[in-house]
Amino acid sequence: MTDPDMTAGMVTPGAATIAQPRQAAALNRTRSSVRLGWLVPTLYIIFLLLPIYWLINMSFKTNQEITGAFTLWPRDFTLRNYTVIFTDPSWYSGYINSIIYVVMNTVISLLVALPAAYAFSRYRFVGDKHLFFWLLTNRMAPPAVFALPFFQLYSAFGLIDTHLAVALAHCLFNVPLAVWILEGFMSGVPKEVDETAYIDGYSFPLFFVRIFMPLIASGIGVAAFFCFMFSWVELLLARTLTTTDAKPISAIMTRTVSASGLDWGVLAAAGVLTIIPGALVIYFVRNYIAKGFALGRV
Amino acid sequence: MDKTWNNNAWFLVLPVLVLVAFSAIIPLMTVVNYSVQDTFGNNEFFWAGLDWFEDTLHSERFWAALWRNLLFSAIILAIQIPLGIFIALNMPKRGWGVPVCLVLMALPLLIPWNVVGTIWQVFGRVDIGLLGRTLAAMGIDYNYVQDPLDAWITVVVMDVWHWTSLVVLLCYAGLASIPDAYYQAARIDGASRWSVFRFIQLPKMQRVLLIAVLLRFMDSFMIYTEPFVVTGGGPGNETTFLSIDLVKMAIGQFDVGPAAAMSLIYFLIVLLLSWVFYTVMTNYGQGDER
Amino acid sequence: MDFAWMAWTWPTAAFFGTIFLMLVGMAIWEWRVPGGSPRVGILRFETTRGDRLFISLLGSAFINLAWLGLVGPQLWWSLALSVVYAICVFRFV
Repeated sequence: MTDPDMTAGMVTPGAATIAQPRQAAALNRTRSSVRLGWLVPTLYIIFLLLPIYWLINMSFKTNQEITGAFTLWPRDFTLRNYTVIFTDPSWYSGYINSIIYVVMNTVISLLVALPAAYAFSRYRFVGDKHLFFWLLTNRMAPPAVFALPFFQLYSAFGLIDTHLAVALAHCLFNVPLAVWILEGFMSGVPKEVDETAYIDGYSFPLFFVRIFMPLIASGIGVAAFFCFMFSWVELLLARTLTTTDAKPISAIMTRTVSASGLDWGVLAAAGVLTIIPGALVIYFVRNYIAKGFALGRV
Repeated sequence: MDKTWNNNAWFLVLPVLVLVAFSAIIPLMTVVNYSVQDTFGNNEFFWAGLDWFEDTLHSERFWAALWRNLLFSAIILAIQIPLGIFIALNMPKRGWGVPVCLVLMALPLLIPWNVVGTIWQVFGRVDIGLLGRTLAAMGIDYNYVQDPLDAWITVVVMDVWHWTSLVVLLCYAGLASIPDAYYQAARIDGASRWSVFRFIQLPKMQRVLLIAVLLRFMDSFMIYTEPFVVTGGGPGNETTFLSIDLVKMAIGQFDVGPAAAMSLIYFLIVLLLSWVFYTVMTNYGQGDER
Repeated sequence: MDFAWMAWTWPTAAFFGTIFLMLVGMAIWEWRVPGGSPRVGILRFETTRGDRLFISLLGSAFINLAWLGLVGPQLWWSLALSVVYAICVFRFV
């Protein structure tokens, strides 16, 4: 790697005033290679977008065109595939089910994770480190290990095929993740903030809601995003715990593929529609997403 | 930050404890109970002792799946970590390029896992997929349904497509935390591009890289949905990873006892590995924090 | 509420009971001698009592599995080996 363009790119305007002559020289020296820097992310993004493009492309084609002709863009543009999904309750209810349990899961995860993360970031208590590690092992444990007893467990509580069952099951990996992320963000808030508030006579709940939560608002947003994300993309547990009433869209997709003799167009349209909510939420957290992936610890 | 000792903090953790106990400890206890018994349904169980554990430990199918999964995780790490670092180093640092890159790169992470599988299943098909068609037109004999090597390549490329962005975003976050003064100092010293990477960027990324390795290893070790959708574990058993095998056994064949024994061995391996990673992370990554 | 599906047996109940008692024991120990007696042992990083218990339990699980896989289903010897291992862990790690 001989490419110094990013060192040049890192210089902020403020810093440039400090060491101007040297920097100008450095910029001149590296100008020739600056032009190649954008190539790497561009190629990577093209690699990422090609398969997605192919799916979108297919979703606007008729089945004859998909299987018959090999076309790079839809010759015979049709919205029929989307019409099928939006007019058939067995299709669009899948989206509603997915969104209901994802939102429930996000709310539950954040509600229980907020106080716990505060405890981990501010206090030491008996067994704290072990508890933290144990929570993490639940994030690391393969869902396949839990799939079988989960079915029995939720049957015993009469929760099978409810949104609550899926929401609770997804807490298994989302609560530890939320605790981990929130703890990272909370540790960035100086302890003096808490102490001043207590001196000013705030009770703990009041302090937490009025003062502390606004301070870590971005952290809460990122944690919510991650809960949303991992609950939205998970299939194995969601499929195991539902039969009809709460079946997620991803499970409906797999079923229809095998049953209806491969309706490629509808399958592609359903796939495209599952990408949209994700794309929307990324846009809202784009400035925090990198920090969130670093679990608030950068 | 100095933390105060206060055992009352347990009350703040209690909701998490109750919730996770419900969804983790009860199922885990149940798995242990199943693993020493045999059942034919109807909640009738017969004592089987340690037979299932012995069977699993002597089962070629289990070891094959385990090695396959370890090999897969190793390949994934060997590709994704260097590639992720390389892309992160070349990301734009300012301007309109940053949000565009971040949003587009994060896109695959937000796609339901079976849709990821579907996307690649369609993309790779020789009859209707762009990739399959193009390779066929170039005269390359590619068929992920029948050829084990092609199936492996497809699954690996799919995972690279799906998860490299995670490594990129983590490294990007690490790089963004380096103050400009460091680079200026390096420039004054006339440091080469390599030594800037080796002595400034890499140490700053150490912590996020550990997180990346931990997450990528664990997630590739429990991979299920994507290869299941694309290859169904085939051809033969060539891409049957541990989770796929487990689900096949537990839900497909309803061999509850053997599946439970295998689950526990699987879980113990995961526990050991995540403990090792976590210990390394907390003991060696700490020095560079902030 | 019906819990027959959990399929409890005496041996597994005893197993979880033992682990639970160990945790209670650790809590009492911690209450009597707070701090967890952290030290740097042969693994060259700081461990507390709880860490040592975890290493002992996890290691014992693998010792027993290895015995089961390599020798046979009579686990008494491997249990004894695990106890020796646990003592070593509490002594040196």
